Amino acid sequence: MSEMIVETRDLSMRFGGVLAVNNVNFNLRERELRCLIGPNGAGKSTLFKCMTGLHQIHHSNGRVFIRGHDVTGWRPHEIVQLGVGIKTQVPSVMNGLTVWENLWLSARRIHGKKGASPEVDRVIAELGLQTHVRRMVGELGHGQRQIVEIGLVLCQRPKLVLLDEPAAGITGAEADRLVELIHGINQQAAVVVVDHDMNFVRMLGGTVTVLHQGAVLMEGATDAVMNNAKVREVYIGNRAK
Amino acid sequence: MWVETRTFQRVEMDYAAVVFLEIIYMIAFLALTSAGLAVVFGMMRVINLAHGEFVMIGGYTTIACAKAGVNVYFAMLVVSPLVVGILGLLVERLVVRQLYGRMIDTMLATWGLSLLMVGIVTFIFGNTAVSVPAPIPGYELGEFQMGGYNLFIIGIATLLILCMWLVMRFTRLGLVARGAMQSADVASSLGYDPKRVYMWTFTVGAALSGLAGGVLAPLTGLLPSSGGAYIAKAFITVITGGAAVITGTLSSSVIFGTINQVVSFGSTPVIGEIIMLAFAVVLLRLMPQGITGRFFRNAP
Amino acid sequence: MIGDAANFTSAGRTHWGWIIAIFILLLLLPAVFDTNTPTLLGIWALFALSLGLMWGYAGILSFGHAAYFGLGAYTYAITSMNLGESTAAWIFAIVLPAFVAALIGAMMFYGRISDVYMGVITLVFSLILAKFMGATAGDAYSIGSARLGGFNGIPAFPILNVPGDPSTPIFGTALYYVVLCCLVVCYLVSRWVLSSAFGRVLLGIRENEARIELLGYNAPAYKTAIFSLSAAMAGMAGCLFASWAEIVTPALFGLGQSVEVIIWVIAGGLGTLMGPIIGAVLLGTMKLLLGGQTFIDNSLVIGAILVLVVLLLPKGLLPTLMGWRNNMGNAV
Repeated sequence: MSEMIVETRDLSMRFGGVLAVNNVNFNLRERELRCLIGPNGAGKSTLFKCMTGLHQIHHSNGRVFIRGHDVTGWRPHEIVQLGVGIKTQVPSVMNGLTVWENLWLSARRIHGKKGASPEVDRVIAELGLQTHVRRMVGELGHGQRQIVEIGLVLCQRPKLVLLDEPAAGITGAEADRLVELIHGINQQAAVVVVDHDMNFVRMLGGTVTVLHQGAVLMEGATDAVMNNAKVREVYIGNRAK
Repeated sequence: MWVETRTFQRVEMDYAAVVFLEIIYMIAFLALTSAGLAVVFGMMRVINLAHGEFVMIGGYTTIACAKAGVNVYFAMLVVSPLVVGILGLLVERLVVRQLYGRMIDTMLATWGLSLLMVGIVTFIFGNTAVSVPAPIPGYELGEFQMGGYNLFIIGIATLLILCMWLVMRFTRLGLVARGAMQSADVASSLGYDPKRVYMWTFTVGAALSGLAGGVLAPLTGLLPSSGGAYIAKAFITVITGGAAVITGTLSSSVIFGTINQVVSFGSTPVIGEIIMLAFAVVLLRLMPQGITGRFFRNAP
Repeated sequence: MIGDAANFTSAGRTHWGWIIAIFILLLLLPAVFDTNTPTLLGIWALFALSLGLMWGYAGILSFGHAAYFGLGAYTYAITSMNLGESTAAWIFAIVLPAFVAALIGAMMFYGRISDVYMGVITLVFSLILAKFMGATAGDAYSIGSARLGGFNGIPAFPILNVPGDPSTPIFGTALYYVVLCCLVVCYLVSRWVLSSAFGRVLLGIRENEARIELLGYNAPAYKTAIFSLSAAMAGMAGCLFASWAEIVTPALFGLGQSVEVIIWVIAGGLGTLMGPIIGAVLLGTMKLLLGGQTFIDNSLVIGAILVLVVLLLPKGLLPTLMGWRNNMGNAV
């Protein structure tokens, strides 16, 4: 029986007058690959933040379970210690440190003094960051900084990986490499990918969950969801506006 | 016996009136001395640590004018705001403008300016206190001697808050100001150059500080170092109040003014100040965005 | 660890050659100069180092760091007066500020207070101490046999003595060497902390605290720890000051003292350890020289310096000089 990596029960999040997440029941098993799609403002990033503790969950919001632990009221670093990694929508890396230093900080926590350096070297090789190792992350382009952030996630060998718009602003060839990379990560971890690029989502495969106005609209195989009339209406309706 | 009881009650009531007036006065004092800082912080997210010195220079301007024969009311209500307003304009153009978005750097640079201003004023006026007599005499409230000028200060503070509220609510200027508070883009989309909006906002803030200084000048002897006494309390009042200019300053002035005076009456003024400061810490810990970050969020 | 140190390149190299040369000069200084002023400068340098460590490497700016300087000084004065011997007083003067800082730091950092509001809280705390100590005149206010003395402070307490021997006080040249030794030890401890994993995490916190938390580190705990260490060093400086000045007054907690140390750090170079030390020595010397005359007010000069530094030399003196040196090297 594979482990339930993440499970939300009747999760709701309200900001001011807006119900950003509306009674969402979301679950993911070990090594599952899920794509989370939906128009802007559907609640995708908010859902991620709930899963990582960036939005603290209270009992009134519902329940979130990470690898069987009830993480209600937990702080981000406690949740991350369960084996969760996130690449945020806007790259969140340490701009004033070098690529090597960024990765080392991530690796150090899991692999300790001796294991940190070898792990950093491994991830650098896997992501092809050799030429940038000593450069300040702040000097790198947007795409490179995203790769570094994915590197930060990889160094901790997490069981749950959340990627918020990893394909934003990258070229076709890079997209192929990214799909390969994500499939590679998926060998070891459950992965949730948020993205707007439908081609990219199709290339990834896996199941698709559609969010609309904070609630789960539909869940299923990629083609079935893409061809669903309601889903198309939600997207086209939004685009027409 | 009946007569004695009545006298006792009368003294109690007078005392209550005194305490009440002192509290109102403290609130007015805090609001008046914080207004300039609040406008600049609320509108531009700039913390001008030279605010205390703006107040001090407003005071010196009034005293110098009064000694030169100018009508003291004219000096404090017109000349001081004008002079300090111009000073504020210079400060904005030369220093503050270079540092937008860098909050800590702005705090440090304006602190440097405050030291510089203290040094210059000391150079010009020396280190002995200057003063001007209060133009309104004291009066008696039953058994107690009260300062009449304090009522004037309460009046001015009330008038000021009222004017600010009216401007914010009912004029185009106020609308642009409230828009700029949300973001600089709003100002541009309304057709106003955000840089100029900020420049005039800072100038108005400085003028308000100058007004406060002028109005408060007759209270005690003024020294170049007097600004220091204003900045700490104003800083705490404004930050704790939160981003909303009028509501924030008013609510924190009310809270702090009341606490300060009530505790002072119970013990000593020093304990009153200490409790007020400690309360500020507690308040900030509970409401990290200030009072109006939590309540009254969309108020002006 | 040594291999790792070689890979941590963003912070720049420590120029041990220069540092050792300066150290030797400082060792020989008493042969040429009277040690009274250099001792004070050394104390200020230690105080500046304590703030520079916390601010430059963990991004924590306190607007009231004088609180811990003053606490160290007062704690020493009160304890030595009560015990008659300085060793316990010395220890207590370092531990008490550290403990208080841990409490206040925990309150602020676990409460996720942001920059500006942290500035207010640290400022307010030092103001509370200053006001309180300023109002403690009269016999009613005393701790043991030490009268707090209100505005006038506490005079006539035993200065530092050789540990275990209360009849041998440390003053003059001996005190100078003690201060120098403390400065060196604290510098080395700082260097060691920064090169450890703990110190690296602090750098990460300074850069992006949210990201460090998302890597599984308990950022508030790290910040509280460095805040406490910084306060301990400030307390040590305060204790040394008490022994040098032979009197402690509420001004030590004052806003002026807090602002001065901020200026020393930023003018000397935020993000380095030697920068704050140099800033304190240079600006401290200037302050003492200006204090001797009344024509130009110290406020004026130091205010102008602060404005100019923020506008023109945002990195501070030392990094700018080092930058020029590196650029000249590249040109060749």
